[in-house]
Amino acid sequence: MVPIYLDHNATTPVDPAVVDVMLPYMGSTFGNASSVHQFGRTAKVALERSREQIAAFINCEPSEIMFTSGGTESDNLAVMGIAYANRERRNHLIVGAAEHHAVFESAEFLHQKERFDLDLLPVDREGFSSPKGLAELVTDRTALVSVMQANNETGAIQDIQALAQVAHERGALMHSDAVQAVGKINVDVKDLGVDLLSLTGHKIYGPKGIGALFVKQGVRIRPLFYGGSHEKKRRPGTENVAGAVGLAKALEIASQRMKQDEGSLRKLTNYFIDAVLGRIPDTVLNSPRANRLPQTANISFKGVQGEPIILSLDMENIAVASGSACTSGATEPSHVLTAMGIPPEIALGAIRFSLGRTTTKEQLDHVLAVLGPIIERLRAMSPSRPGHA
Amino acid sequence: MSGGVDSSVAAFLLKEQGYAVIGAHMKLWDYVEVGGDIYKDGRCCTIDSITDCRLVCDSIGAPFYVLNLSAEFRETVIENFVSEYRAGRTPNPCVRCNSEVKWDAFLRKADELGCEYIATGHYAFVEEGDGDIYRIRKGVDQTRDQSYVLWGVSQEALKRTLMPLGGLLKSQVREIAARHGLRTASKPESREICFVTDNDYRRFLSEYEANRGRSFEPGEIVHENGSLVGRHNGTAFYTIGQRKGLGVTSSRPLYVQRIDTQANRIIVGEEDTLYRSELLAEQINWSGRTLSMDSFDADVKIRYLHQPARARLIPLTERSARIIFIEKQRAVTPGQSVVFYDNDIVLGGGLIANAL
Repeated sequence: MVPIYLDHNATTPVDPAVVDVMLPYMGSTFGNASSVHQFGRTAKVALERSREQIAAFINCEPSEIMFTSGGTESDNLAVMGIAYANRERRNHLIVGAAEHHAVFESAEFLHQKERFDLDLLPVDREGFSSPKGLAELVTDRTALVSVMQANNETGAIQDIQALAQVAHERGALMHSDAVQAVGKINVDVKDLGVDLLSLTGHKIYGPKGIGALFVKQGVRIRPLFYGGSHEKKRRPGTENVAGAVGLAKALEIASQRMKQDEGSLRKLTNYFIDAVLGRIPDTVLNSPRANRLPQTANISFKGVQGEPIILSLDMENIAVASGSACTSGATEPSHVLTAMGIPPEIALGAIRFSLGRTTTKEQLDHVLAVLGPIIERLRAMSPSRPGHA
Repeated sequence: MSGGVDSSVAAFLLKEQGYAVIGAHMKLWDYVEVGGDIYKDGRCCTIDSITDCRLVCDSIGAPFYVLNLSAEFRETVIENFVSEYRAGRTPNPCVRCNSEVKWDAFLRKADELGCEYIATGHYAFVEEGDGDIYRIRKGVDQTRDQSYVLWGVSQEALKRTLMPLGGLLKSQVREIAARHGLRTASKPESREICFVTDNDYRRFLSEYEANRGRSFEPGEIVHENGSLVGRHNGTAFYTIGQRKGLGVTSSRPLYVQRIDTQANRIIVGEEDTLYRSELLAEQINWSGRTLSMDSFDADVKIRYLHQPARARLIPLTERSARIIFIEKQRAVTPGQSVVFYDNDIVLGGGLIANAL
C-alpha cells in the first residue's frame, strides 16, 4: 500500500519539474557563481535570474532578496541581524507567542545573553494577535516586531498588514516568517508592509537547503556569517545555485497553481475536518475556520495523547504530526496551543493534518476509516498498570 | 533498545524468527537533568546511542521510535534512588527501572502500538511453568546472567515478554552481530547506572539535591565500641561494607557496619562485624512460585555480584519473609535486592529491609 502523506507542513516532495531545472547546476553548469570565467558567469546569471523571479513573486526588487540556507537561517538573520544593527538606540524586541522556534529562540538568546528586552505578543484562542495588543507593547525602543504570517501548527493567518502599521507608528521594523504562507496563499510584501520576510523552498515543493530573506531597501542588518562578499557581504558562502534555481521554479509553479490548489485543498480539508468532528466523539478543532491556510487542520482527540496516535497511524502507513516536526520526542504540549490558552490535556492530544497537491478524497476516506478505530482502541486502554508487580 | 549489542541482536533474532519487530529506545533522562559530560560517547540515552539503535533497525528492517519516558523514570527511579540513599539504604535503580518503567510504562507504550510482546536483550529466559506460572530462568552465560534484576516483574508482564538471548553466550551474541553487519557488534559494554554518567554516584547525589536546594548533614563516624573515630559529610554517601573514603585511621581495617539515619551516624567495625546470618526481606514478588506461607529452602543472592548461598525462607506475610542463611553472609545491605533461586529458576525476590 502506498503510504499516505498528510504532513506537508513538515516538508513537501520536490516537484519533478523543479528537479529537472536543478540538475544542470549539479552537472554542466557547476561553476562557482563568484568566479570570473565563463563557468562562474553562467552560474551567476542563473542565480540572478532566480533572484528576479523570486522578487517578482513577492513583489519586491531583486536587490531586496538574499539567499539563505532556509527558513531557520532567514529567521535568525532577521531577528539577530536587526537587533545587533540597532542595539545602540533600540534594544527591545517583540515576537509573537506562537512563533516558530527559529524566531523565538533567537529572540530568547538575545534576551538572556545579550541583554535585549523581550515581550511576547499574545495570541487569542484562535491563534490571532491583535493590533491593539501590539500597540500596548511597542515603544520607541522597539527594534523589531516579528509575527509569522501563517502558523505551522494550526494554519492561522495573521493580519500582518495591521500589525506592521502599528510597529511602524513607533519606528519599529516588522518581520514576518512567511515560511508556511509563501506558495500557499498570496504573499505581497508591499501589501503586507513588512520590512523583512522569511521564506523557504521545501514547504512548497522545492528543495531543502535553500531559502530567502526579503530585506527592504534601506534596512540594515548585521550579518551572521563572515567570510566573503557574497550577497553584498550580508551572507557569505558559495551560492547554492541549484537550490536558488529550484526555489524560483517552485514558486513559479506555485503561482500558476495557487488559485486552483487553494480552492481544491480548502474543500478537501474542510471535508476532512467535518468528517472527523462529526464521526469521532470528543474531538476539538484547534485551527480557526476562517483566516486559515487552505490545507492545515489541527485537531485534538480528548483522552488520548498525540504520540500513540502518530505511531499507530505510522504503522498503517499514514503520516501526520503533532506539535511541530522540530519538537518531536517531547512530552510538553506545543507552545503554540498553550499560547492559545488550550489546556494541556487537550493540547497533548493534538494532531496536525496538512494536506498537499497529491492528497485525494479517497486517501482522506481511508484515513478516516483507520483513524476512528485507532482512537477507540487508545481510549479503551485501561489506565491501570499492566506490568506492575 | 539501548544502543548496545545485546538489544540489537535480540531485535535481529526476533525478526529472523518471524516477529514483526518495532525497535524502541526509551529516553529516560538528559544531561541537563543528571549532570555529567554531554560529549562523552556511547552512553544509553545519548544521541550516539540513539543513532546506533536507528541504524541497527535500518539494517534489520524494523521501524524505530524514540519514546520519552523521562517523567516516569524521574518519578519512579531517580527520585527513589535519592530517597533510598537518604534513608540509609543502598538502592539498585536497575531493578526499580525494570519493575516500574520497562515492565510498566514501556509495556503500556507497546499496548498503544498494538503490540503483543515486549522484548529485551537480557541474558535470561522467560518460560511457562506448571500451573500457568511464568518464570525467569538464569541465562546460560554464567558471567552475564541478569535474572537477578528481574525479580520485580509481574506475571501479567512476563506473559508478554520475550528474551531471545537467554540461551546464548555473550561471545556468540557479538559474533551474530558481526556476522550480520550490525553496527553495535564491537561496542564496549556499560554496566554502570545509566543516569550516573561518570559512575560517581556521590557527585550525582550532591548535584541533583543541590539543584533542588537540598543538602546533606555532616555527622559522626562512630566505632561500634562507642568511640568517635571520624566525621562524615552525609550518611547518603556511604554503604554497608564500605572501607574506602572513611577518613579514619586505625590499626585494623574498618568497614561501615551500620547506617543510623536517626542519629545521623555511620557505625564502623572490623571485618567480622559485617557477617550476618539473617535478614528481613520486604516487598517480595513471588514471581516463580505459587504463594504459600510454608517455609522452604532456596539459594539466595543478596547482591548482583554474589554467589547464591543456601538459606531457609520463612514467609511472614504475603510480601515479607525472614531469611536465615546456613553460613553467615558478608555486608547484608538494606535497599539491595534479595533474590531466591531453585537452581536456576527465580522463585521470587524482594528488598532487604535489614539484617537481623
